[in-house]
Amino acid sequence: MIQTTYSKGKIAAKTGNEVMAEAMRQIAPDVVAAYPITPATEIVQIFSQFVADGIVPTEYVAVESEHSAMSACIGACAAGARTMTGTSSQGFALMWEMLYIAAGLRLPIVMAVVNRALSAPINIHGDQSDTMGARDAGWIQIYSENSQEAYDNMIQAIRIAEKMKLPTLVTTDGFIISHAMEVVEIIPDEDVKKFVGEFKPERYLLDIKKPYTLGAIDLQDYYFEHRYQLADAMNKAAPVILDVAKDFAATFGRKYDLYEKYKMDDAEVAIVVIGSAAGTAKVVVDELRAKGVKAGLIKIRVFRPFPHKELAADLAKLKAVAILDRADSCAGAPAPLYTDVTSALYTHLGGNGPRAINYVYGLGGRDINLDHFRDVFAKLEKIKAGEKIEKPVEYINVRIG
Amino acid sequence: MANIKELSKKEELFTGGHRLCSGCGAGTIARQALLAADKPVVVVSATGCLEVSSTIFPYSAWNVPFFHSAFENSAANCSGVETAYRSLKKQGKLSDDIRFIAFGGDGGTYDIGLQSLSGAMERRHRMLYICYNNEAYMNTGIQRSGATPKGAHTTTAPAGKVKQGKEQLRKDLTAIMVAHDLPFVAQSAVGYWNDFTTKVQKALETDGPTFINILQPCRLGWGYKPEDTMMLGRLAVETCFWPVYEVVNGEYKLNIKPKEKKPVAEFFKLQTRFKHLMKPENKVLLDEIQAEIDKRWEKLLKLCGQTA
Repeated sequence: MIQTTYSKGKIAAKTGNEVMAEAMRQIAPDVVAAYPITPATEIVQIFSQFVADGIVPTEYVAVESEHSAMSACIGACAAGARTMTGTSSQGFALMWEMLYIAAGLRLPIVMAVVNRALSAPINIHGDQSDTMGARDAGWIQIYSENSQEAYDNMIQAIRIAEKMKLPTLVTTDGFIISHAMEVVEIIPDEDVKKFVGEFKPERYLLDIKKPYTLGAIDLQDYYFEHRYQLADAMNKAAPVILDVAKDFAATFGRKYDLYEKYKMDDAEVAIVVIGSAAGTAKVVVDELRAKGVKAGLIKIRVFRPFPHKELAADLAKLKAVAILDRADSCAGAPAPLYTDVTSALYTHLGGNGPRAINYVYGLGGRDINLDHFRDVFAKLEKIKAGEKIEKPVEYINVRIG
Repeated sequence: MANIKELSKKEELFTGGHRLCSGCGAGTIARQALLAADKPVVVVSATGCLEVSSTIFPYSAWNVPFFHSAFENSAANCSGVETAYRSLKKQGKLSDDIRFIAFGGDGGTYDIGLQSLSGAMERRHRMLYICYNNEAYMNTGIQRSGATPKGAHTTTAPAGKVKQGKEQLRKDLTAIMVAHDLPFVAQSAVGYWNDFTTKVQKALETDGPTFINILQPCRLGWGYKPEDTMMLGRLAVETCFWPVYEVVNGEYKLNIKPKEKKPVAEFFKLQTRFKHLMKPENKVLLDEIQAEIDKRWEKLLKLCGQTA
């Protein structure tokens, strides 16, 4: 449901991909370099039409691979251009090498990622394995529950990235959001333009009067400091993300945080989830609340930097928590979100946090429905009552054995 | 045509103090290319000897904006830089007239970077791509590349008891670039400063993607004395092992025709990478290599409208 507190917004019916393209049109970056991949293709396809029609001043580079897409983005951003791209799954995987370099060179590229399963087997549908795998790449990662969030996140990402000199990606769940038509409030062009401002890099390659070398080799005497600076920037990103969200809320009315707390104030059992599944889960939370169960939900918006301290505080009073991952680690251990959440609990609460269980769900676009969430909460109630957690990782809606 | 007196008066944009080997031809190439440039340039480089030896943080040998990110993407990086230039200029955010040079070694160009090079050339970015071709992965310790000539010893295609170095012919990358319909493609060799700087000037004046494949003797990988670099570059040309020519809008022109075509053994015998080919039992292989060089030379002469 759209809450139109901002009087100048225009209500439109758009898919996730359309709103991401719309945000890019309004941001009007200097350069976009991209390569097609399902289910993200539409974003850059729609955008390239804006270029063809002269609606944006952007130069569009239709590169020959995602590796070159990110390489061209890196070159363009280093040269002094506001630069954006979009991809998914295998394309994101092919960028891998360059993702780390974009972060290491502190280039504020903004990328729309439509989350999709990774091969093999090849599968074009939504899960978060692609971006989860790049969780240590040094990119800010912002996830969206629906098209409105995707649109709003894209606009905020520009300011966050450029302020922190950190590349930033904004995701939607493949097909579930990317191809679903939803009602969205679109902000007028001039207000987006004003909000994102101009890109003013301190140093850039095209500044020929001040030549400098970017991408030098660091040996044992400097590499560690530069990597520390990158980690430190990520440490300092959360307040900036919150500042931008505050400004966004003050200007456009929609509030954002590092994560959304849903009915958490007095919750005893809760789930932590990322992306579109949160919408389904909230229905079950409401249902349980009506029955007197103290159920709650946390939906992670900002996964990198990971809000470990804040999360530990908000989860501290729970009796039991289920952490749901739409990705698997194949590590002989629980999946990424669980690992990060439980690490936060242990770090900040010692052994005094809630009991935690991990669920892996929805790989390759497998549905997760109300019954599945009912089952998860039923399990949490049992854990709350003292049932032992036999298996730390459970799998939802998969044929096993 | 470049003038050496004028060049000698120009500011050095690739400066001394870099850590390339003594006698390394790559430094000569970088220095001459930048001396030839009449407009401001931004340089992009692939990972390789040139980059690791010239930019050891916090030092840099480059007095021009210099960028490096990875091994296989010098052309893609440069595509981005050049596109940023066009975008900012179009929008009135930039007024300077700037040229773009991308460097890559043969490994970063013939092999791992071929896709990104092909893409950049096909998209017609206005850049000069210079392949400093020393015919193997020298930076990682002399491994075989697609540019390594048949019979050469490398550490991954070594000469041994049953094998005599690389068993395959090298790839003709220059022909592949010609097939991209570029307005300017050329081969040059270290040892011919005038040929090379003239070609760099022509390429930078060309409104479109341009490519120069310059043979660069590597004293370490080829196995010769540092002071012989220029002589070996010239001998490669005099034996027709590495012809120096240019292709302007599809028209071939031979730039250097040896007065007397020397046998390739004269070039090989000065290098340890070909030492095994000098053994009597490898004469058949050496003859095969000579025959291939002769065949390619004849073909090139025809393309250039010349006779032997």
